Amino acid sequence: MEQPLRTDLPVIAGSRRRRRSIAPYLLSLPGAAWLLIFFLVPMAVTAFISLEGGDLFTGFTFSWNFSNYSQALSSYGPIFIRSLEYGLAATAATLVISYPMAYWIAFRGGRYKSVFLFLLLLPFFVSFVIRTISWQFILSDQGMVLGPLKELHLLPQDYHVLATSFAVIAGLTYNFLPFMALPIYVALERIDPRLLSAAHDLYANNVQTFLRVVVPLSIPGIFAGFLLTFVPATSDFVNASILGGVSSTMIGNVIQTEFLTNNDYPMASALSIILMVVLLIGVLLYARVLGTSDVTGVAEL
Amino acid sequence: MSAVASREIPLRESALLQPRPKRRSWTRLILPTYTAIVIVYLMVPIFVMIIFGFNNTHGRFNLVWQGFTLSWYQNLFAIPDLTTSLINSLVIGVSATAVSTVLGTMIALALDRYAFPGKSALNLTLFLNIAAPEIVMGATLLALFIQLQIPQGLLTIFLAHVMFIMAYVTVTVRARLAGFDRSLEEAAQDLGAPPLITFRKVTLPLIFPGIMAGALLAFALSIDDFVTTYFVAGSVNTFPLWVYGATREGVPPQVNVMGTLIFAGGVLLALLNVAYQRRAAKLQ
Repeated sequence: MEQPLRTDLPVIAGSRRRRRSIAPYLLSLPGAAWLLIFFLVPMAVTAFISLEGGDLFTGFTFSWNFSNYSQALSSYGPIFIRSLEYGLAATAATLVISYPMAYWIAFRGGRYKSVFLFLLLLPFFVSFVIRTISWQFILSDQGMVLGPLKELHLLPQDYHVLATSFAVIAGLTYNFLPFMALPIYVALERIDPRLLSAAHDLYANNVQTFLRVVVPLSIPGIFAGFLLTFVPATSDFVNASILGGVSSTMIGNVIQTEFLTNNDYPMASALSIILMVVLLIGVLLYARVLGTSDVTGVAEL
Repeated sequence: MSAVASREIPLRESALLQPRPKRRSWTRLILPTYTAIVIVYLMVPIFVMIIFGFNNTHGRFNLVWQGFTLSWYQNLFAIPDLTTSLINSLVIGVSATAVSTVLGTMIALALDRYAFPGKSALNLTLFLNIAAPEIVMGATLLALFIQLQIPQGLLTIFLAHVMFIMAYVTVTVRARLAGFDRSLEEAAQDLGAPPLITFRKVTLPLIFPGIMAGALLAFALSIDDFVTTYFVAGSVNTFPLWVYGATREGVPPQVNVMGTLIFAGGVLLALLNVAYQRRAAKLQ
Protein backbone atom coordinates (compact mmCIF):
# COMPACT_ATOMS: atom_id res chain seq x y z
CA MET A 1 0.00 0.00 0.00
CA GLU A 2 2.04 3.00 1.16
CA GLN A 3 5.34 1.15 1.51
CA PRO A 4 8.09 1.87 -1.05
CA LEU A 5 8.13 -0.51 -3.97
CA ARG A 6 10.71 -3.25 -3.92
CA THR A 7 12.01 -4.49 -7.23
CA ASP A 8 13.94 -7.50 -5.94
CA LEU A 9 11.01 -9.80 -5.15
CA PRO A 10 11.80 -13.44 -5.75
CA VAL A 11 8.55 -14.28 -7.54
CA ILE A 12 9.24 -11.86 -10.33
CA ALA A 13 11.25 -12.95 -13.29
CA GLY A 14 13.03 -11.26 -16.15
CA SER A 15 11.89 -8.18 -18.01
CA ARG A 16 8.43 -7.97 -16.46
CA ARG A 17 9.99 -7.12 -13.13
CA ARG A 18 9.11 -3.46 -12.89
CA ARG A 19 5.57 -3.53 -14.20
CA ARG A 20 4.64 -6.56 -12.15
CA SER A 21 5.83 -5.05 -8.93
CA ILE A 22 3.35 -2.20 -9.32
CA ALA A 23 0.47 -4.47 -10.31
CA PRO A 24 -0.49 -5.74 -6.84
CA TYR A 25 -0.70 -2.16 -5.57
CA LEU A 26 -2.83 -1.06 -8.49
CA LEU A 27 -5.12 -4.03 -7.91
CA SER A 28 -5.50 -3.66 -4.17
CA LEU A 29 -5.36 0.13 -3.87
CA PRO A 30 -9.07 0.98 -4.30
CA GLY A 31 -10.30 -1.74 -1.95
CA ALA A 32 -7.54 -1.19 0.58
CA ALA A 33 -8.17 2.56 0.57
CA TRP A 34 -11.88 1.89 1.17
CA LEU A 35 -11.07 -0.33 4.15
CA LEU A 36 -8.56 2.20 5.45
CA ILE A 37 -10.98 5.14 5.30
CA PHE A 38 -14.18 3.40 6.39
CA PHE A 39 -12.88 0.66 8.70
CA LEU A 40 -9.48 1.51 10.22
CA VAL A 41 -9.73 5.31 10.41
CA PRO A 42 -13.14 5.14 12.16
CA MET A 43 -11.55 2.92 14.84
CA ALA A 44 -8.88 5.58 15.39
CA VAL A 45 -11.48 8.37 15.41
CA THR A 46 -13.49 6.42 17.98
CA ALA A 47 -10.44 5.90 20.19
CA PHE A 48 -9.88 9.66 19.94
CA ILE A 49 -13.50 10.53 20.82
CA SER A 50 -13.43 8.10 23.74
CA LEU A 51 -10.89 10.40 25.42
CA GLU A 52 -12.96 13.55 25.05
CA GLY A 53 -14.48 15.41 27.98
CA GLY A 54 -17.39 17.80 28.26
CA ASP A 55 -21.08 17.25 27.58
CA LEU A 56 -23.55 17.48 24.75
CA PHE A 57 -24.53 21.09 25.50
CA THR A 58 -21.10 22.69 25.95
CA GLY A 59 -19.58 20.44 23.28
CA PHE A 60 -17.03 17.64 23.55
CA THR A 61 -13.33 18.46 23.49
CA PHE A 62 -10.29 16.20 23.48
CA SER A 63 -8.64 16.11 26.91
CA TRP A 64 -7.07 12.65 27.51
CA ASN A 65 -10.15 12.01 29.59
CA PHE A 66 -9.55 8.40 30.65
CA SER A 67 -12.37 8.68 33.17
CA ASN A 68 -14.75 7.68 30.35
CA TYR A 69 -13.24 4.21 30.54
CA SER A 70 -13.40 3.87 34.31
CA GLN A 71 -16.93 5.25 34.28
CA ALA A 72 -17.93 2.84 31.48
CA LEU A 73 -16.58 -0.11 33.44
CA SER A 74 -18.09 0.92 36.76
CA SER A 75 -21.53 1.73 35.29
CA TYR A 76 -21.76 -1.08 32.76
CA GLY A 77 -19.34 -3.72 34.08
CA PRO A 78 -22.17 -6.11 35.05
CA ILE A 79 -23.76 -5.71 31.61
CA PHE A 80 -20.44 -6.52 29.95
CA ILE A 81 -20.22 -9.67 32.07
CA ARG A 82 -23.82 -10.55 31.23
CA SER A 83 -23.18 -10.11 27.51
CA LEU A 84 -20.15 -12.39 27.68
CA GLU A 85 -22.20 -14.96 29.62
CA TYR A 86 -25.03 -14.84 27.10
CA GLY A 87 -22.55 -15.02 24.22
CA LEU A 88 -20.75 -18.01 25.73
CA ALA A 89 -24.00 -19.78 26.64
CA ALA A 90 -25.38 -19.31 23.13
CA THR A 91 -22.07 -20.43 21.55
CA ALA A 92 -21.97 -23.54 23.75
CA ALA A 93 -25.60 -24.31 22.88
CA THR A 94 -24.97 -23.97 19.13
CA LEU A 95 -21.94 -26.26 19.46
CA VAL A 96 -23.86 -28.94 21.37
CA ILE A 97 -26.86 -28.77 19.04
CA SER A 98 -24.96 -28.65 15.77
CA TYR A 99 -22.09 -31.11 16.32
CA PRO A 100 -24.13 -34.36 16.22
CA MET A 101 -26.04 -33.07 13.22
CA ALA A 102 -22.89 -31.98 11.35
CA TYR A 103 -21.35 -35.37 12.20
CA TRP A 104 -24.30 -37.28 10.82
CA ILE A 105 -24.47 -35.22 7.62
CA ALA A 106 -20.71 -35.43 7.02
CA PHE A 107 -20.34 -39.20 7.64
CA ARG A 108 -23.80 -40.59 6.88
CA GLY A 109 -25.35 -37.98 4.58
CA GLY A 110 -24.32 -39.91 1.46
CA ARG A 111 -25.45 -38.31 -1.75
CA TYR A 112 -27.98 -36.13 0.06
CA LYS A 113 -25.27 -34.11 1.81
CA SER A 114 -25.86 -31.05 -0.33
CA VAL A 115 -29.61 -31.24 0.28
CA PHE A 116 -29.07 -31.17 4.05
CA LEU A 117 -26.62 -28.29 3.72
CA PHE A 118 -29.15 -26.39 1.65
CA LEU A 119 -31.79 -26.94 4.36
CA LEU A 120 -29.32 -25.62 6.96
CA LEU A 121 -28.86 -22.48 4.88
CA LEU A 122 -32.56 -21.80 4.35
CA PRO A 123 -32.95 -19.46 7.37
CA PHE A 124 -30.50 -17.07 5.71
CA PHE A 125 -33.06 -16.40 3.01
CA VAL A 126 -35.29 -14.78 5.63
CA SER A 127 -34.37 -11.49 7.24
CA PHE A 128 -32.65 -11.78 10.62
CA VAL A 129 -35.10 -9.29 12.12
CA ILE A 130 -38.15 -11.17 10.78
CA ARG A 131 -36.86 -14.48 12.17
CA THR A 132 -36.39 -12.91 15.59
CA ILE A 133 -39.88 -11.37 15.48
CA SER A 134 -41.23 -14.83 14.56
CA TRP A 135 -39.75 -16.21 17.78
CA GLN A 136 -41.24 -13.35 19.75
CA PHE A 137 -44.59 -14.33 18.28
CA ILE A 138 -44.10 -18.08 18.91
CA LEU A 139 -42.98 -17.58 22.50
CA SER A 140 -45.47 -14.83 23.39
CA ASP A 141 -47.37 -15.14 26.67
CA GLN A 142 -50.62 -16.38 25.13
CA GLY A 143 -48.97 -17.64 21.91
CA MET A 144 -49.02 -20.96 20.12
CA VAL A 145 -46.77 -22.68 22.65
CA LEU A 146 -47.62 -21.16 26.02
CA GLY A 147 -51.31 -20.51 25.28
CA PRO A 148 -52.45 -24.15 25.01
CA LEU A 149 -50.23 -25.22 27.91
CA LYS A 150 -51.82 -22.56 30.09
CA GLU A 151 -55.28 -23.55 28.96
CA LEU A 152 -54.56 -27.12 30.05
CA HIS A 153 -53.27 -25.72 33.38
CA LEU A 154 -49.91 -27.32 32.79
CA LEU A 155 -48.33 -23.91 33.36
CA PRO A 156 -49.32 -21.13 35.76
CA GLN A 157 -51.14 -18.21 34.15
CA ASP A 158 -48.34 -15.72 34.80
CA TYR A 159 -45.64 -17.97 33.36
CA HIS A 160 -43.67 -16.25 30.62
CA VAL A 161 -40.64 -16.91 28.47
CA LEU A 162 -40.22 -13.51 26.84
CA ALA A 163 -38.24 -10.89 28.76
CA THR A 164 -36.10 -13.57 30.40
CA SER A 165 -32.43 -14.46 29.92
CA PHE A 166 -33.55 -17.78 28.51
CA ALA A 167 -35.47 -16.10 25.67
CA VAL A 168 -32.46 -13.98 24.70
CA ILE A 169 -30.02 -16.90 24.79
CA ALA A 170 -32.48 -19.08 22.84
CA GLY A 171 -32.86 -16.36 20.21
CA LEU A 172 -29.09 -15.97 19.88
CA THR A 173 -28.71 -19.74 19.65
CA TYR A 174 -31.29 -19.98 16.91
CA ASN A 175 -29.90 -17.08 14.89
CA PHE A 176 -26.27 -18.19 14.94
CA LEU A 177 -26.72 -21.99 14.76
CA PRO A 178 -25.88 -22.30 11.03
CA PHE A 179 -22.67 -20.29 11.59
CA MET A 180 -21.51 -23.03 13.96
CA ALA A 181 -22.88 -26.01 12.03
CA LEU A 182 -21.37 -25.15 8.64
CA PRO A 183 -17.67 -24.80 9.59
CA ILE A 184 -17.88 -27.96 11.74
CA TYR A 185 -19.45 -29.80 8.83
CA VAL A 186 -16.68 -28.59 6.49
CA ALA A 187 -13.99 -29.80 8.93
CA LEU A 188 -15.67 -33.19 9.49
CA GLU A 189 -16.30 -33.69 5.79
CA ARG A 190 -12.57 -33.38 5.10
CA ILE A 191 -11.72 -36.29 7.41
CA ASP A 192 -10.56 -39.29 5.41
CA PRO A 193 -12.82 -42.25 6.36
CA ARG A 194 -9.77 -44.51 6.15
CA LEU A 195 -8.50 -42.82 9.32
CA LEU A 196 -11.56 -44.15 11.14
CA SER A 197 -10.93 -47.63 9.75
CA ALA A 198 -7.32 -47.35 10.84
CA ALA A 199 -8.40 -46.42 14.37
CA HIS A 200 -10.71 -49.44 14.48
CA ASP A 201 -7.94 -51.66 13.16
CA LEU A 202 -5.79 -50.44 16.02
CA TYR A 203 -8.47 -51.62 18.45
CA ALA A 204 -10.02 -48.26 19.23
CA ASN A 205 -13.68 -48.56 20.09
CA ASN A 206 -16.25 -46.09 18.78
CA VAL A 207 -15.89 -43.68 21.69
CA GLN A 208 -12.10 -43.65 21.51
CA THR A 209 -12.20 -43.17 17.74
CA PHE A 210 -14.54 -40.25 18.17
CA LEU A 211 -12.61 -38.56 20.98
CA ARG A 212 -9.10 -39.15 19.68
CA VAL A 213 -9.52 -38.98 15.91
CA VAL A 214 -12.70 -37.18 14.93
CA VAL A 215 -12.78 -34.40 17.56
CA PRO A 216 -9.11 -33.31 17.19
CA LEU A 217 -9.48 -33.18 13.41
CA SER A 218 -12.61 -31.04 13.69
CA ILE A 219 -10.99 -28.39 15.91
CA PRO A 220 -10.35 -25.91 13.07
CA GLY A 221 -14.09 -26.07 12.31
CA ILE A 222 -15.00 -25.57 15.97
CA PHE A 223 -12.66 -22.59 16.09
CA ALA A 224 -14.17 -21.00 13.00
CA GLY A 225 -17.67 -21.68 14.35
CA PHE A 226 -16.72 -20.14 17.70
CA LEU A 227 -15.44 -17.00 16.00
CA LEU A 228 -18.48 -16.68 13.74
CA THR A 229 -20.89 -17.24 16.65
CA PHE A 230 -19.36 -15.82 19.81
CA VAL A 231 -18.39 -12.38 18.45
CA PRO A 232 -21.74 -11.50 16.86
CA ALA A 233 -23.76 -13.15 19.66
CA THR A 234 -21.96 -11.22 22.41
CA SER A 235 -22.31 -7.89 20.64
CA ASP A 236 -25.88 -8.43 19.42
CA PHE A 237 -28.67 -6.13 20.54
CA VAL A 238 -31.56 -7.22 18.32
CA ASN A 239 -32.39 -10.41 20.26
CA ALA A 240 -32.12 -8.63 23.62
CA SER A 241 -34.34 -5.82 22.44
CA ILE A 242 -37.03 -7.98 20.78
CA LEU A 243 -37.02 -11.06 23.05
CA GLY A 244 -35.50 -9.68 26.26
CA GLY A 245 -36.56 -7.30 28.99
CA VAL A 246 -34.96 -4.73 31.27
CA SER A 247 -33.10 -7.41 33.23
CA SER A 248 -31.57 -8.97 30.11
CA THR A 249 -30.08 -5.85 28.50
CA MET A 250 -26.85 -6.50 26.64
CA ILE A 251 -23.89 -4.25 25.97
CA GLY A 252 -25.04 -3.71 22.39
CA ASN A 253 -28.24 -2.13 23.70
CA VAL A 254 -26.20 0.19 25.93
CA ILE A 255 -23.91 1.30 23.08
CA GLN A 256 -26.93 1.88 20.89
CA THR A 257 -28.70 3.95 23.56
CA GLU A 258 -25.62 6.00 24.48
CA PHE A 259 -24.84 6.71 20.83
CA LEU A 260 -28.25 7.24 19.24
CA THR A 261 -30.51 8.29 22.12
CA ASN A 262 -28.32 9.97 24.76
CA ASN A 263 -25.77 11.23 22.19
CA ASP A 264 -23.04 10.67 24.79
CA TYR A 265 -20.41 10.02 22.11
CA PRO A 266 -17.36 9.75 24.42
CA MET A 267 -19.08 7.14 26.60
CA ALA A 268 -20.40 5.19 23.61
CA SER A 269 -16.93 5.29 22.00
CA ALA A 270 -15.25 4.05 25.17
CA LEU A 271 -17.77 1.20 25.38
CA SER A 272 -17.18 0.26 21.71
CA ILE A 273 -13.41 0.21 22.17
CA ILE A 274 -13.70 -1.92 25.33
CA LEU A 275 -16.03 -4.37 23.57
CA MET A 276 -13.70 -4.65 20.57
CA VAL A 277 -10.63 -5.21 22.76
CA VAL A 278 -12.37 -7.73 25.04
CA LEU A 279 -13.65 -9.77 22.08
CA LEU A 280 -10.29 -9.69 20.29
CA ILE A 281 -8.48 -10.84 23.45
CA GLY A 282 -11.09 -13.57 23.89
CA VAL A 283 -10.64 -14.79 20.33
CA LEU A 284 -6.83 -14.74 20.52
CA LEU A 285 -6.82 -16.56 23.89
CA TYR A 286 -9.15 -19.16 22.48
CA ALA A 287 -6.89 -19.54 19.44
CA ARG A 288 -3.90 -20.15 21.73
CA VAL A 289 -5.74 -22.72 23.82
CA LEU A 290 -6.81 -24.65 20.74
CA GLY A 291 -3.37 -24.26 19.18
CA THR A 292 -4.76 -22.69 16.04
CA SER A 293 -1.85 -20.39 15.37
CA ASP A 294 -3.00 -19.44 11.91
CA VAL A 295 -5.96 -17.30 12.93
CA THR A 296 -6.27 -15.80 9.48
CA GLY A 297 -6.91 -19.28 8.10
CA VAL A 298 -10.38 -19.03 9.57
CA ALA A 299 -11.33 -16.50 6.98
CA GLU A 300 -10.77 -19.10 4.28
CA LEU A 301 -13.79 -21.13 5.40
CA MET B 1 -4.23 -64.77 18.55
CA SER B 2 -7.41 -65.63 16.77
CA ALA B 3 -8.67 -62.10 17.29
CA VAL B 4 -5.62 -60.74 15.54
CA ALA B 5 -6.02 -63.16 12.69
CA SER B 6 -9.66 -62.32 12.15
CA ARG B 7 -8.75 -58.66 12.00
CA GLU B 8 -6.08 -59.24 9.41
CA ILE B 9 -7.81 -61.53 7.00
CA PRO B 10 -10.54 -59.42 5.37
CA LEU B 11 -9.24 -56.63 3.20
CA ARG B 12 -11.40 -53.91 4.60
CA GLU B 13 -12.76 -52.77 1.26
CA SER B 14 -16.36 -52.91 2.38
CA ALA B 15 -15.36 -51.41 5.71
CA LEU B 16 -14.42 -48.22 3.88
CA LEU B 17 -18.05 -47.71 3.07
CA GLN B 18 -19.34 -48.81 6.46
CA PRO B 19 -16.51 -48.23 8.89
CA ARG B 20 -18.60 -49.07 11.90
CA PRO B 21 -19.85 -52.49 12.89
CA LYS B 22 -23.59 -52.98 12.68
CA ARG B 23 -25.52 -51.81 15.69
CA ARG B 24 -28.98 -52.53 16.93
CA SER B 25 -31.45 -50.93 14.57
CA TRP B 26 -33.05 -48.36 16.88
CA THR B 27 -29.72 -46.73 17.81
CA ARG B 28 -29.06 -46.10 14.13
CA LEU B 29 -32.14 -43.94 13.98
CA ILE B 30 -31.05 -41.57 16.74
CA LEU B 31 -28.82 -39.25 14.70
CA PRO B 32 -31.03 -39.03 11.58
CA THR B 33 -34.08 -38.29 13.74
CA TYR B 34 -32.09 -35.72 15.69
CA THR B 35 -30.91 -34.04 12.47
CA ALA B 36 -34.49 -33.90 11.20
CA ILE B 37 -35.64 -32.30 14.46
CA VAL B 38 -32.93 -29.62 14.31
CA ILE B 39 -33.77 -28.83 10.69
CA VAL B 40 -37.47 -28.51 11.55
CA TYR B 41 -36.49 -26.22 14.44
CA LEU B 42 -34.56 -24.05 11.97
CA MET B 43 -37.62 -23.91 9.71
CA VAL B 44 -40.25 -23.05 12.36
CA PRO B 45 -39.95 -19.23 12.19
CA ILE B 46 -39.99 -19.41 8.38
CA PHE B 47 -43.24 -21.42 8.39
CA VAL B 48 -44.77 -18.94 10.82
CA MET B 49 -43.78 -16.04 8.57
CA ILE B 50 -45.23 -17.65 5.44
CA ILE B 51 -48.49 -18.81 7.06
CA PHE B 52 -49.29 -15.47 8.69
CA GLY B 53 -48.87 -13.73 5.35
CA PHE B 54 -52.17 -15.43 4.46
CA ASN B 55 -53.88 -14.49 7.73
CA ASN B 56 -57.13 -12.55 7.42
CA THR B 57 -56.26 -10.28 10.36
CA HIS B 58 -58.05 -6.99 11.02
CA GLY B 59 -56.34 -5.31 13.97
CA ARG B 60 -52.84 -3.89 14.16
CA PHE B 61 -51.41 -7.10 15.52
CA ASN B 62 -51.07 -10.12 13.27
CA LEU B 63 -51.01 -12.68 16.07
CA VAL B 64 -54.11 -14.89 15.93
CA TRP B 65 -55.19 -16.99 12.95
CA GLN B 66 -58.42 -15.57 11.55
CA GLY B 67 -58.86 -17.34 8.24
CA PHE B 68 -57.21 -17.50 4.84
CA THR B 69 -56.89 -14.48 2.57
CA LEU B 70 -54.81 -13.37 -0.39
CA SER B 71 -55.54 -9.70 0.23
CA TRP B 72 -52.04 -8.95 1.59
CA TYR B 73 -50.59 -10.22 -1.66
CA GLN B 74 -52.99 -8.01 -3.59
CA ASN B 75 -52.24 -4.98 -1.39
CA LEU B 76 -48.53 -5.65 -1.16
CA PHE B 77 -47.54 -2.04 -1.78
CA ALA B 78 -50.32 -0.43 0.29
CA ILE B 79 -47.88 0.92 2.88
CA PRO B 80 -45.77 3.58 1.08
CA ASP B 81 -43.01 3.76 3.74
CA LEU B 82 -42.55 -0.01 3.69
CA THR B 83 -42.34 -0.02 -0.11
CA THR B 84 -39.79 2.82 -0.05
CA SER B 85 -37.68 0.94 2.50
CA LEU B 86 -37.71 -2.18 0.32
CA ILE B 87 -36.65 -0.13 -2.72
CA ASN B 88 -33.85 1.46 -0.65
CA SER B 89 -32.65 -2.00 0.37
CA LEU B 90 -32.63 -3.19 -3.24
CA VAL B 91 -30.86 -0.07 -4.55
CA ILE B 92 -28.16 -0.27 -1.87
CA GLY B 93 -27.88 -4.05 -2.23
CA VAL B 94 -27.31 -3.88 -5.99
CA SER B 95 -24.93 -0.90 -5.97
CA ALA B 96 -22.88 -2.05 -2.96
CA THR B 97 -22.66 -5.57 -4.40
CA ALA B 98 -21.45 -4.26 -7.78
CA VAL B 99 -18.73 -2.05 -6.27
CA SER B 100 -17.59 -4.54 -3.62
CA THR B 101 -17.47 -7.41 -6.15
CA VAL B 102 -15.09 -5.46 -8.40
CA LEU B 103 -12.88 -4.18 -5.55
CA GLY B 104 -12.94 -7.49 -3.66
CA THR B 105 -11.99 -9.48 -6.78
CA MET B 106 -9.10 -7.10 -7.49
CA ILE B 107 -7.77 -7.58 -3.95
CA ALA B 108 -8.15 -11.36 -4.31
CA LEU B 109 -6.08 -11.27 -7.52
CA ALA B 110 -3.38 -9.17 -5.87
CA LEU B 111 -3.19 -11.48 -2.84
CA ASP B 112 -3.22 -14.66 -4.89
CA ARG B 113 -0.76 -13.66 -7.60
CA TYR B 114 1.86 -11.52 -5.91
CA ALA B 115 4.12 -11.33 -2.91
CA PHE B 116 4.44 -7.68 -1.99
CA PRO B 117 5.29 -5.55 1.04
CA GLY B 118 2.08 -4.71 2.85
CA LYS B 119 0.46 -8.02 1.90
CA SER B 120 0.31 -9.30 5.46
CA ALA B 121 -1.08 -5.96 6.66
CA LEU B 122 -3.80 -6.26 4.03
CA ASN B 123 -4.51 -9.86 5.06
CA LEU B 124 -4.77 -8.83 8.70
CA THR B 125 -7.10 -5.93 7.85
CA LEU B 126 -9.39 -8.31 5.94
CA PHE B 127 -9.41 -10.74 8.85
CA LEU B 128 -10.17 -7.98 11.37
CA ASN B 129 -12.91 -6.74 9.08
CA ILE B 130 -14.62 -10.14 9.08
CA ALA B 131 -14.01 -10.76 12.79
CA ALA B 132 -14.96 -7.30 14.09
CA PRO B 133 -18.32 -7.07 15.85
CA GLU B 134 -20.84 -5.35 13.60
CA ILE B 135 -21.96 -2.95 16.31
CA VAL B 136 -18.38 -1.67 16.63
CA MET B 137 -18.15 -1.14 12.86
CA GLY B 138 -21.46 0.71 12.89
CA ALA B 139 -20.66 2.81 15.95
CA THR B 140 -17.14 3.76 14.81
CA LEU B 141 -18.37 4.63 11.33
CA LEU B 142 -21.07 6.86 12.82
CA ALA B 143 -18.37 8.51 14.95
CA LEU B 144 -16.42 9.27 11.76
CA PHE B 145 -19.46 10.66 9.97
CA ILE B 146 -20.36 12.85 12.95
CA GLN B 147 -16.78 14.09 13.25
CA LEU B 148 -16.65 14.98 9.55
CA GLN B 149 -20.23 16.30 9.66
CA ILE B 150 -21.34 14.03 6.82
CA PRO B 151 -25.16 13.77 6.86
CA GLN B 152 -26.35 10.17 7.30
CA GLY B 153 -28.50 8.65 4.59
CA LEU B 154 -28.38 6.42 1.53
CA LEU B 155 -24.79 7.44 0.70
CA THR B 156 -23.43 6.58 4.15
CA ILE B 157 -25.32 3.24 4.11
CA PHE B 158 -23.75 2.48 0.72
CA LEU B 159 -20.24 3.37 1.97
CA ALA B 160 -20.71 1.17 5.04
CA HIS B 161 -22.08 -1.80 3.10
CA VAL B 162 -19.21 -1.86 0.59
CA MET B 163 -16.82 -1.71 3.57
CA PHE B 164 -18.20 -4.77 5.33
CA ILE B 165 -19.12 -7.03 2.37
CA MET B 166 -15.94 -6.59 0.29
CA ALA B 167 -13.82 -8.94 2.43
CA TYR B 168 -16.34 -11.75 1.91
CA VAL B 169 -16.01 -11.38 -1.87
CA THR B 170 -12.22 -11.48 -1.55
CA VAL B 171 -12.31 -14.68 0.53
CA THR B 172 -14.71 -16.40 -1.88
CA VAL B 173 -12.83 -15.43 -5.05
CA ARG B 174 -9.50 -16.32 -3.47
CA ALA B 175 -10.74 -19.83 -2.70
CA ARG B 176 -11.52 -20.20 -6.41
CA LEU B 177 -8.13 -18.78 -7.44
CA ALA B 178 -6.37 -21.28 -5.17
CA GLY B 179 -7.47 -24.13 -7.45
CA PHE B 180 -6.54 -22.28 -10.62
CA ASP B 181 -4.31 -23.82 -13.28
CA ARG B 182 -1.83 -21.06 -14.14
CA SER B 183 -0.51 -22.91 -17.21
CA LEU B 184 -3.71 -21.93 -19.03
CA GLU B 185 -2.76 -18.26 -18.73
CA GLU B 186 0.80 -18.97 -19.76
CA ALA B 187 -0.47 -20.82 -22.80
CA ALA B 188 -2.57 -17.80 -23.80
CA GLN B 189 0.42 -15.50 -23.39
CA ASP B 190 2.66 -17.87 -25.36
CA LEU B 191 0.13 -17.59 -28.17
CA GLY B 192 0.66 -13.83 -28.10
CA ALA B 193 -2.34 -12.66 -26.09
CA PRO B 194 -1.71 -9.36 -24.28
CA PRO B 195 -2.36 -9.42 -20.49
CA LEU B 196 -5.80 -7.78 -20.67
CA ILE B 197 -7.02 -10.18 -23.38
CA THR B 198 -5.62 -13.10 -21.37
CA PHE B 199 -7.55 -11.87 -18.33
CA ARG B 200 -10.81 -11.38 -20.23
CA LYS B 201 -10.70 -14.58 -22.29
CA VAL B 202 -9.01 -17.01 -19.90
CA THR B 203 -8.83 -15.86 -16.28
CA LEU B 204 -12.24 -14.24 -15.95
CA PRO B 205 -14.31 -17.15 -17.35
CA LEU B 206 -12.44 -19.58 -15.10
CA ILE B 207 -12.91 -17.63 -11.87
CA PHE B 208 -16.39 -16.44 -12.79
CA PRO B 209 -18.25 -19.00 -10.61
CA GLY B 210 -16.22 -17.75 -7.62
CA ILE B 211 -17.04 -14.12 -8.45
CA MET B 212 -20.72 -15.03 -8.85
CA ALA B 213 -20.75 -16.84 -5.48
CA GLY B 214 -19.01 -13.87 -3.84
CA ALA B 215 -21.48 -11.42 -5.35
CA LEU B 216 -24.49 -13.46 -4.19
CA LEU B 217 -23.07 -13.69 -0.68
CA ALA B 218 -22.37 -9.94 -0.69
CA PHE B 219 -25.91 -9.17 -1.85
CA ALA B 220 -27.42 -11.46 0.80
CA LEU B 221 -25.33 -9.79 3.52
CA SER B 222 -26.19 -6.30 2.31
CA ILE B 223 -29.94 -6.72 1.91
CA ASP B 224 -30.33 -8.34 5.35
CA ASP B 225 -27.95 -6.10 7.26
CA PHE B 226 -29.44 -4.54 10.35
CA VAL B 227 -26.83 -3.54 12.93
CA THR B 228 -24.34 -1.49 10.89
CA THR B 229 -27.12 0.07 8.84
CA TYR B 230 -29.03 1.02 11.99
CA PHE B 231 -26.13 3.25 13.07
CA VAL B 232 -25.35 5.00 9.77
CA ALA B 233 -28.86 5.32 8.27
CA GLY B 234 -29.93 8.64 9.81
CA SER B 235 -33.63 8.97 9.04
CA VAL B 236 -33.54 6.70 5.98
CA ASN B 237 -35.18 3.28 6.33
CA THR B 238 -34.12 0.01 4.75
CA PHE B 239 -36.38 -3.07 4.84
CA PRO B 240 -34.91 -4.60 8.06
CA LEU B 241 -34.87 -1.17 9.77
CA TRP B 242 -38.51 -0.54 8.93
CA VAL B 243 -39.56 -3.98 10.20
CA TYR B 244 -37.62 -3.48 13.42
CA GLY B 245 -39.22 -0.07 13.90
CA ALA B 246 -42.67 -1.59 13.33
CA THR B 247 -42.35 -4.20 16.11
CA ARG B 248 -43.70 -1.78 18.68
CA GLU B 249 -46.89 -0.87 16.82
CA GLY B 250 -47.41 -4.32 15.33
CA VAL B 251 -45.88 -5.72 12.17
CA PRO B 252 -48.32 -5.54 9.21
CA PRO B 253 -48.93 -8.75 7.19
CA GLN B 254 -47.31 -7.12 4.14
CA VAL B 255 -43.98 -7.68 5.90
CA ASN B 256 -44.71 -11.42 6.00
CA VAL B 257 -45.58 -11.35 2.31
CA MET B 258 -42.43 -9.46 1.33
CA GLY B 259 -40.37 -11.78 3.52
CA THR B 260 -42.02 -14.77 1.84
CA LEU B 261 -41.37 -13.40 -1.66
CA ILE B 262 -37.72 -12.61 -0.83
CA PHE B 263 -37.38 -16.11 0.62
CA ALA B 264 -38.94 -17.74 -2.46
CA GLY B 265 -36.82 -15.62 -4.82
CA GLY B 266 -33.61 -16.39 -2.92
CA VAL B 267 -34.31 -20.13 -2.84
CA LEU B 268 -35.18 -20.12 -6.53
CA LEU B 269 -31.96 -18.26 -7.43
CA ALA B 270 -29.88 -20.65 -5.33
CA LEU B 271 -31.50 -23.70 -6.94
CA LEU B 272 -31.00 -22.23 -10.43
CA ASN B 273 -27.35 -21.60 -9.59
CA VAL B 274 -26.93 -25.23 -8.47
CA ALA B 275 -28.63 -26.52 -11.62
CA TYR B 276 -26.47 -24.27 -13.80
CA GLN B 277 -23.27 -25.47 -12.13
CA ARG B 278 -24.34 -29.12 -12.44
CA ARG B 279 -24.94 -28.61 -16.16
CA ALA B 280 -21.62 -26.79 -16.60
CA ALA B 281 -19.83 -29.62 -14.80
CA LYS B 282 -21.50 -32.19 -17.07
CA LEU B 283 -20.50 -30.25 -20.20
CA GLN B 284 -16.90 -30.22 -19.07
